[in-house]
Amino acid sequence: MAVLVEAPTDALATHVARLAPPDHTVIRPPEAGLLMVQGRIGGDGRAFNVGEVAVTRAAVRLASGETGFACVLGRDAEKARLVALCDALVQTATHGGAVERDVVAPLRAAQEAAQRLAEARTAATRVDFFTLVRGED
Amino acid sequence: MYVAVKGGERAIENAHRLLAHERRGDRAVPEISLAQIEGQLGLAVDRVMTEGSLYDRDLAALAIKQARGDLIEAIFLLRAFRATLPRFGATQPVDTAAMRVRRRISATFKDLPGGQVLGPTFDYTHRLLEMPAADPPEPATTESDVADSVGTPMPRVTDLLAADDLIERSPGAGEIDDAAPPGDLTREALSFPADRDLRLQNLARGDEGFLLALAYSTQRGFGRTHPFAGEIRLGEVAVEVFAEDAGFVLPVGRITVTECQSINQFHGSASEPPRFTRGYGLVFGHCERKAMSMALVDRALRARELDEEVGAPAQDEEFVLSHSDNVQATGFVEHLKLPHYVDFQAELGLVRQMRREHAARTTAGGESPADATLSDATVADATVADHTREAAE
Repeated sequence: MAVLVEAPTDALATHVARLAPPDHTVIRPPEAGLLMVQGRIGGDGRAFNVGEVAVTRAAVRLASGETGFACVLGRDAEKARLVALCDALVQTATHGGAVERDVVAPLRAAQEAAQRLAEARTAATRVDFFTLVRGED
Repeated sequence: MYVAVKGGERAIENAHRLLAHERRGDRAVPEISLAQIEGQLGLAVDRVMTEGSLYDRDLAALAIKQARGDLIEAIFLLRAFRATLPRFGATQPVDTAAMRVRRRISATFKDLPGGQVLGPTFDYTHRLLEMPAADPPEPATTESDVADSVGTPMPRVTDLLAADDLIERSPGAGEIDDAAPPGDLTREALSFPADRDLRLQNLARGDEGFLLALAYSTQRGFGRTHPFAGEIRLGEVAVEVFAEDAGFVLPVGRITVTECQSINQFHGSASEPPRFTRGYGLVFGHCERKAMSMALVDRALRARELDEEVGAPAQDEEFVLSHSDNVQATGFVEHLKLPHYVDFQAELGLVRQMRREHAARTTAGGESPADATLSDATVADATVADHTREAAE
């Protein structure tokens, strides 16, 4: 799920289309709303409210009965529907393996490559400061 | 008291058309796109999201464009939009220790575990204006081995000091669960004294300039707290929500945040040994100056809790929290532009009466009333002008 919600919508749509997903009904149409983001005082203390984030949530049910749920960052109805669909499909015997193999795996590979590049760029800015001795003795 | 006016529809409509024209600028120059604002004015987007208290890059970019780059106006637009969306709930508290760090520095430890990475920073630039060259070169990369990878967790500097009890622990740290949901000033009006969770929420959405000035004032001696930048980190944290429909925690995506831990002096008290104290800042996007200011002001506002002398503006909770919100501030200051004719008429009548009384007193005292008479005439002229303006409306 973490891979799916972070994927760009067009890539997600392309991969899901290849699965030839079975019929499903949208039991909760994609709806935009807010989540209050919480942080912790000092990073690890009691919770406090930082501010809100726009999200879209959706739920689908397959003809075979499985329900899928999604809540994704941003106001992107199609992405919420696609993630919910994948969430339902992954529970089925017929499509579960295919979702992992044909949707999640390629998206994960792309995300990991992007993350590795970002890390390498960050690592190039690693700094070592030296403290100079004051020349008094 | 404000009394409503009516009329002026055509003038207002034409003013808005003129505004749209000015916003477009020279029509021979291509219009700026939202993607350009998001990508190339990213820090403006971050500030609007933080103070607009709504994380949505597309909306913030749109607000900046619509506001012609007036960031407080853009923040106002974002706050107004926020009010149109339903609240689904709250996220799980974000874990900044598990952040995908893009920048992490400490001004207190040069060799901290996990190392320091400068990331994309203005620090150490020469602040010289340069004419934009062609596209900049690709950033340098360093393949780091796993042990050195920035992907490995970076302990917070404050955790390192806490191990030796040299620094206070975060309130509630280590407790299994949060006793009660944190206070939310978007749901319940702020009252004083406010708990630290509410203070931090207020500061997180507060005006950067206001908090910067307050933080600066504590450094200059108005509520001195001797801060160090213990750690500043920037990166992406995972957002998760407990989905009641599903019955488990769902990932939602990642957001960029900046966190600042300030380390401050504390001399100890009768019951407490001396140890460092902390201030905390956490904001959306890359808003480093804001996160630092927030941490310094957070610490200053803890003066009473830490038995410090309270007297400086930055330590005055009611003063700071009541004036930090730039949407409220701009609303109240800028509403003075709206017609106040009835208000002013009342004051004008009062001034006239006071002047008559004053003139009567001075005449009775044997002084010349000439000045008063002259000014009365001036005020009468002003009244005529004012009536004319009102009639025009």
